[in-house]
Amino acid sequence: MVGATAVPVSRVRARITVSGVVQGVGFRPFVYALARELGLSGQVCNDASGVIAEVEGAADAVTAFGVRVRTDAPPLAVVESVEREELPARGGTAFVIRDSTAGAGRTLVSPDVAICNDCLAEFGDPADRRYRHPFITCTNCGPRFTIITGLPYDRPATTMAGFPLCDECSAEYSDPGDRRFHAQPIACPSCGPRLRFVQPGAVSAYDEDALAAAHQLLVAGAILAVKGLGGYHLVCDASDQDAVATLRKRKDRGDKPFAVMAADLATARCIASVSPAEEALLTGHQRPIVLLRRTACSAVCSMVAPGNPDLGVMLPYTPLHRLLFDQPGPSVLVMTSGNVSGEPIVVDDAEALVRLAPLADAWLSHDRAIHVPCDDSVVRVVDGAELPIRRSRGYAPYPINLATPVRPALAVGGDLKNTFCLGDGRYAWLSAHVGDMDDLATQDAFAKAEEHLEQLTGVRPEVLIVDKHPSYRSRQWALTHAAGRPVIGVQHHHAHLASVLAEHSYAGPPVIGFTFDGTGYGDDGAVWGGEVLLADYNTFERYTHLAYVPLPGGDAGVNNPCRMALSHLHAAGIPWDPHLPSVQACSAEELALLKTQLNRNLACTPTSSMGRLFDAVSSLTNTCHRSTYEAQAAMELEGLATAALRPRGARRHLGPAQTSRTDAPALATDGAGSGFGAASAFAGSDAGFGELSGRGYRFEFEEPGVLLQAVVQDVLDGVDAAEISLKFHLGLADLAVRTAVRVRDERGISTVALSGGVFVNGLLLEATCKGLAEEGFEVLRHRRVPPTDAGIALGQLAVAGRMTEWKEQGICV
Amino acid sequence: MGHGGGGQMSGELIEHLFVPAFSNPLLAGLTDSAVVTLGGARIAFSTDSFVVQPLFFPGGGIGDLAVNGTVNDLAMSGAQPAYLSCGFILEEGVALETVGRIAEDLGAAAERAGVTIATGDTKVVDSGHGDGVYINTAGIGLVREGVDIRPQRAAVGDVVIVSGAIGVHGIAIMSVREGISFGTEVVSDCAPLNGLVGAMLDAVLDIHVLRDPTRGGVATSLNEIAKAAGVGIELVESDLPIPETVANACSFLGLDPLYVANEGKLLAIVAPSDADAVLAAMRAHPLGADATVIGTCVATHPGMVTTHTTFGATRVVDTPIGEQLPRIC
Ligand SMILES: [Fe+3]
Ligand SMILES: [Mg+2]
Ligand SMILES: [Zn+2]
Ligand SMILES: [Zn+2]
Repeated sequence: MVGATAVPVSRVRARITVSGVVQGVGFRPFVYALARELGLSGQVCNDASGVIAEVEGAADAVTAFGVRVRTDAPPLAVVESVEREELPARGGTAFVIRDSTAGAGRTLVSPDVAICNDCLAEFGDPADRRYRHPFITCTNCGPRFTIITGLPYDRPATTMAGFPLCDECSAEYSDPGDRRFHAQPIACPSCGPRLRFVQPGAVSAYDEDALAAAHQLLVAGAILAVKGLGGYHLVCDASDQDAVATLRKRKDRGDKPFAVMAADLATARCIASVSPAEEALLTGHQRPIVLLRRTACSAVCSMVAPGNPDLGVMLPYTPLHRLLFDQPGPSVLVMTSGNVSGEPIVVDDAEALVRLAPLADAWLSHDRAIHVPCDDSVVRVVDGAELPIRRSRGYAPYPINLATPVRPALAVGGDLKNTFCLGDGRYAWLSAHVGDMDDLATQDAFAKAEEHLEQLTGVRPEVLIVDKHPSYRSRQWALTHAAGRPVIGVQHHHAHLASVLAEHSYAGPPVIGFTFDGTGYGDDGAVWGGEVLLADYNTFERYTHLAYVPLPGGDAGVNNPCRMALSHLHAAGIPWDPHLPSVQACSAEELALLKTQLNRNLACTPTSSMGRLFDAVSSLTNTCHRSTYEAQAAMELEGLATAALRPRGARRHLGPAQTSRTDAPALATDGAGSGFGAASAFAGSDAGFGELSGRGYRFEFEEPGVLLQAVVQDVLDGVDAAEISLKFHLGLADLAVRTAVRVRDERGISTVALSGGVFVNGLLLEATCKGLAEEGFEVLRHRRVPPTDAGIALGQLAVAGRMTEWKEQGICV
Repeated sequence: MGHGGGGQMSGELIEHLFVPAFSNPLLAGLTDSAVVTLGGARIAFSTDSFVVQPLFFPGGGIGDLAVNGTVNDLAMSGAQPAYLSCGFILEEGVALETVGRIAEDLGAAAERAGVTIATGDTKVVDSGHGDGVYINTAGIGLVREGVDIRPQRAAVGDVVIVSGAIGVHGIAIMSVREGISFGTEVVSDCAPLNGLVGAMLDAVLDIHVLRDPTRGGVATSLNEIAKAAGVGIELVESDLPIPETVANACSFLGLDPLYVANEGKLLAIVAPSDADAVLAAMRAHPLGADATVIGTCVATHPGMVTTHTTFGATRVVDTPIGEQLPRIC
């Protein structure tokens, strides 16, 4: 203890206001303990703008307090600012914690947090009163965003309102020295929610009995609906081929990979290679699904992610998840969103019993309600840094700080993988994953989530911002709900580019933007997707783009990469050689129809899509001809290319997806012990990009036909598909680098930004970043929001929220 | 397609340009034909123009369309069509025998529909200013006492019936125009529906809504009805009568059969208690032999049309806007 109070002459008093994520994270007890340690008197309370402390004591102690509220803040707190205001000294020795006051300003709601180590220790301690308690939490962990029904964040404004604290819990709750002081969701076996097991035709079981019954079914190969933090999961033994096949069929899932939950880190290491950066993400408090390079392991059967080189892995993040693994049984569980194909994740218990009935054999549920859905987040590590793929649980609703302020606005995002974004001033709140907007239930979920986020943030949008695609349902929603507010359209790729600028709080001059994706509505009515834009938030210039080729049959062209390959050949004037895998993949009838269709330009839209170029190469290399989920062809191609970077001995030839589906470990055998995690495709090779770039195909945006010709030649010459794929990836990265150099020479721009769904491709992203860095460019790549359409709402906001003279800008309607 | 596609863009043209300019309550009803009272008689009155290519296709030609289009528009008000006018706009250089064949088709179609072509007109435009042959027809017919058929009458609980297979005409036109064959030949279902409607009204006078889902297909017609009546319409995917050839062609071209044009088909919306009687009457008629229930009007999601998929999800079926562009990114 510092005995500074002994010198009353130097006594000062100050009001210290701390803002950021400082509520629901144990900030007031921390302040209390800090003040006592420094010998300060005074008080602390929450208000709508953050935590306000008044401290009085020795001048240097008060100064130290102002510093340490930031440096020593609790693990979940994010301190954005600390402001100090001098007050007249009042005397007194007590330090008190006051109740929350509602006031002006804005507080930030914490995302949901994985179980902490302190709780975990108690949970595993037979002597603790919360031993094996499925709902153990404290100020440092547990549900937040998904249980908050209103603000300020207090127990009555959560779905725990209906669980009055018992005496023991109440004592902890009111003791400033306790880890559970003012932890809103706390409970114990005597006052908290209860587990319930429901199986058709059987009597419900509760608590430990419920758990035992659920576990027994899992071991027997059944599919369980398990209530998690942000919604229900469908769960089964990942090693059980029959169970996973059944789940796949019931979910109408095609070949789309399932995520898995591994019992612990050691198990995760057994099923995939894990780099230090990946380990940090797997075990961190956000605990997302991390895409890892898979290894052969019997704990995960081939049906989990057929033909896919990666595996989405997460570790238990709730006490209930822990309980699923604490006895002999599966060490890896498939854990996929509990929803009917195309619908949002189910959160309501009654709805779960009805909607999931065709999917699940039984339900492991409980009576702590989930107020809003929040799917698992998905990330991967590229070149040692996090690349978000789905930003949801653990991340939402934490805001992005903008470089320049926006007026109150709602950007409704894209149509698939929809998220929306509310903005006001320097804050942009990107929503959790909503889903595909052609589904009615998803549109309802959108409306609910939007209302909830407005409530939590206090933003009342004055304008609505939409994509320019005339058939986007998100756009329709905005037009229907505008209620007289202006609706502003932002071009799809401009939004992509602005999203990466915005997440970096970029405020500089125009950048060179490579926005590569599958489909975005272009200003000329074509389908854009291989774009080089020179842009800032306000405007963009389409510097160049992949030359147009016909997209035959809209979504039908997207779902059939072999047709895209043939369309590319047709556009380049390259004959459909019967030896080419893409030609062989089509029946004579399909070839004839496609030929007529392309000749007559029937239901063909011109496209500059980069995603479709990946499809074409994927099919030409006999990798994927029919896509059963988004970006399947590109993902499988990337897997091949990454394999080709490895030492020769470790490489294997990979057949087409159809083969690897039945012969699954083909892809899996690669990563084991090779030292190549997904963390860095280049790691271990010591090769800079400059050294490798000469190995790639050389072509220009304006002439994709040159690339196609080279690929076709290699295919006909019998070059290994993995080598072709690598040459394609390196060639594309090299194209970006050469183009950037050209633009810098012409325009003097030396900052490059990369966005669009194609940059989920770790190899391409890393190669492009490395190549650009070697040429001296400053490179902005995604680290906080997804490069896919799940991130465009942020970009829409950054573009149109800033406009002050929106009347002159591209308004729709 | 653009503004002529029968989807949202032409809907906007009509709603925002023409209806205000001509402002009167008859047009504001946005029905295919207007029911007026003249000299004590209830008369349905309609006009339609035909700009189809090619001029002849399996199952019909522009001459058949010109008669049946207007006859059907009248029938969708519950009228018995009686007299038609016919205006030709011919492009200079079009073969006389082509015009002759169209005229013959017209005559035969009128006879089949039981209407008289009472007046006509012909104009010739310079070569390059037309597309061979354009035809406009207008028609009138009598509406029985007690018949009140309007989109606004669709009510929650009502049953949605289609008179037969969906998408046949549009695919037939496309396969001829583009020289594309989707296996077995698809023949247009172009036909006059007044006989069928007469039989339906004989069975049940209180039919709420009738619509021939031509341009823009079933999706567009039902969206118009849902918005006009303020009800939701929920279709059941597995109940939609889509011939395999149409399904194959659509899946190849990336089209939704619900957006493909029909001729000679009608949608009927009737009270649930009348559904069986209407269905029986339809099935007894050659043009309604395959009539079937495809959905219901619901209180949820007013103004929207949805399909309940075989996997239990509910997909929104919008009015198509321009061409069907991919949304997948
Ligand atoms: Fe995109
Ligand atoms: Mg008509
Ligand atoms: Zn804890
Ligand atoms: Zn308790």
